[in-house]
Amino acid sequence: MAERKRRRFSITALPGFSTLAIVTFLVLYVPIVTMVVYSFNASMSVAVWGGFSLEWYVYAWNNTLVQEATVRSVIIAVCASGIATTVATMAALGTTRRGRYKGQTIIYLLINQPLMVPEIVTAVALLIVFASIKVATGYTGLAYLIIAHSAFCIPFAYLPIRARLEGMDLTLEIASADLYASPWRAFRRVTLPLLAPGIAAGAMLAFVISLDDVIITEFVKSAGQDTLPTYMLGQLRRAVTPEVNAISTALLVLTVLLLTLFYLLTRRRD
Amino acid sequence: MASAGASAQQDLAVEADRVSKVFGGKTEVRALDDVSVAIRRNEFFTLLGPSGCGKTTLLRMIAGFEPPTSGTIRLAGKDITHLPPNKRPVNTVFQNYALFPHMTVGGNIGFGLEELRKSKAEVEAQVDKMLQLVRMESLKARMPSALSGGQQQRVALARALAPHPEVLLLDEPLSALDLKLRKEMQTELKRLQSETGITFIFVTHDQEEALTMSDRVAVMSEGRILQVGSPKDIYINPVNRFVADFIGETNFLSGTVEGSAVRMSWGDVLDVKTGRPAGTKVTLAVRPEQVRVGVAGKDSGAGATVTEAVYFGTDTHLHLALADGTPLVARLQNPPSGDDGLGVGAKVTVRFADGAVKALED
Repeated sequence: MAERKRRRFSITALPGFSTLAIVTFLVLYVPIVTMVVYSFNASMSVAVWGGFSLEWYVYAWNNTLVQEATVRSVIIAVCASGIATTVATMAALGTTRRGRYKGQTIIYLLINQPLMVPEIVTAVALLIVFASIKVATGYTGLAYLIIAHSAFCIPFAYLPIRARLEGMDLTLEIASADLYASPWRAFRRVTLPLLAPGIAAGAMLAFVISLDDVIITEFVKSAGQDTLPTYMLGQLRRAVTPEVNAISTALLVLTVLLLTLFYLLTRRRD
Repeated sequence: MASAGASAQQDLAVEADRVSKVFGGKTEVRALDDVSVAIRRNEFFTLLGPSGCGKTTLLRMIAGFEPPTSGTIRLAGKDITHLPPNKRPVNTVFQNYALFPHMTVGGNIGFGLEELRKSKAEVEAQVDKMLQLVRMESLKARMPSALSGGQQQRVALARALAPHPEVLLLDEPLSALDLKLRKEMQTELKRLQSETGITFIFVTHDQEEALTMSDRVAVMSEGRILQVGSPKDIYINPVNRFVADFIGETNFLSGTVEGSAVRMSWGDVLDVKTGRPAGTKVTLAVRPEQVRVGVAGKDSGAGATVTEAVYFGTDTHLHLALADGTPLVARLQNPPSGDDGLGVGAKVTVRFADGAVKALED
């Protein structure tokens, strides 16, 4: 731009930039740090410090409700991220292994729909559909939650996979065909190995998103099907105990680990 | 496997028979327009032309990456028009090399052999042989990203040669290399071709590359083949203005047919065969090195004035203007003294070597 050439514009040179940056970081991290610190609180209160203790971790660990909710959350997240990643990989292959085509934008929009439609709308819609199925079939198992989670995890898995595919040289597939590989062999030996980091990243992102979901889960779950987040929400409605802090901190650690792995996998591009 | 009587076909590696390619979309592009060409077994054949002339499209059709809109492609007499690339005994060296980044040099070279279901020992032996052929023995375990451009080029060559294809297709493989490496690879390619006895089809826009490496060259423009012949043939007898202009440097002259000769635009009559009726306007071409420059008043010839003299070390390019203003470039070898005393404004005479002036088709 012409503006740029005359006077090199730098946002860091604006007055108050560093103040704004510091405030932003404080707003982002003070609550998290507070939560982590109070998860080690010996007192029953969430607001008064009563000395260091691991008792809430032990308490949460021994709580059968927490145990059940954790197992349920993991089962749903593993199944949903598996399904979502498979579907997303196929969708990404279908939408990128060719030149520009008619309706490309519409297809992208359709795939990414869960990112744009308010989650509460999806939740209500799913509730209505699943309720009628429940009435008709009498089945009230985990499948509803797995299906619902798979659906909204697809775009999260799709985006890193598509990015990886778009950065991939199409000539590589042509070259493998030239070297006598059938389309399936070319996929197995060239496309898939090169795509693997994207798929892993997509799966991890989907896993974290599923693990974290409250709104859709709250609407879709049958009685006694609390996941970890909905269990915590239920706890907060009664009395806030540092147990919730402890569970949150454990989730935070897990998420940070997964996201670090995600970062490492997507960074290794060549 | 040879049957008597099929010898004419046996001698042909690849034939394109009236091949056309139209790329669809809102504006139709005719990338190839009714192209027919026959490439002989064991020859180094070059498709030469400016970008967009259809040379790469033709190559991709022989490889099977692109189906022709109409026409037939034959390999050793067999119709392969609709055979997928993985079923054609043809391999390609890609312009960007397209090495598999997740495989070692050895893995890349062995890929085709593995897909042909060769035994492990066979693959291993052939990979080693190829590494030797391209002089890369020590780099077998390297990843492609750890190689220089020239080394990647050699791996790409070795990978395409390893399955011993009937035809090797090379899509401007030298364009990404610097000048010195390019010269080296030109010699290297010629050596590989004669050592392996494989038919090479080479695509380039570099006329010098085409002249120095090829047994035969097809000059292409706008989806058509204008002329096929040996480099010498094409240089000496270009069929039309495009070919004459694209290959080497050329002076274009104009004249009118008079009997069996041509009256040039500056009035002289030159003995040039045209095969056209008297009175026809013709374009003629003469190479700068075939222009003989003499001293005015001493040597015979048409009068001309030097408008510019450009020194090139081995020779000097004299830009001349003939009596009617027709521009003409003469390339003169420099004398040992380094100076021929012909400056701007000098009056000279101009003659042409016998048979050097060629009439062009329009």
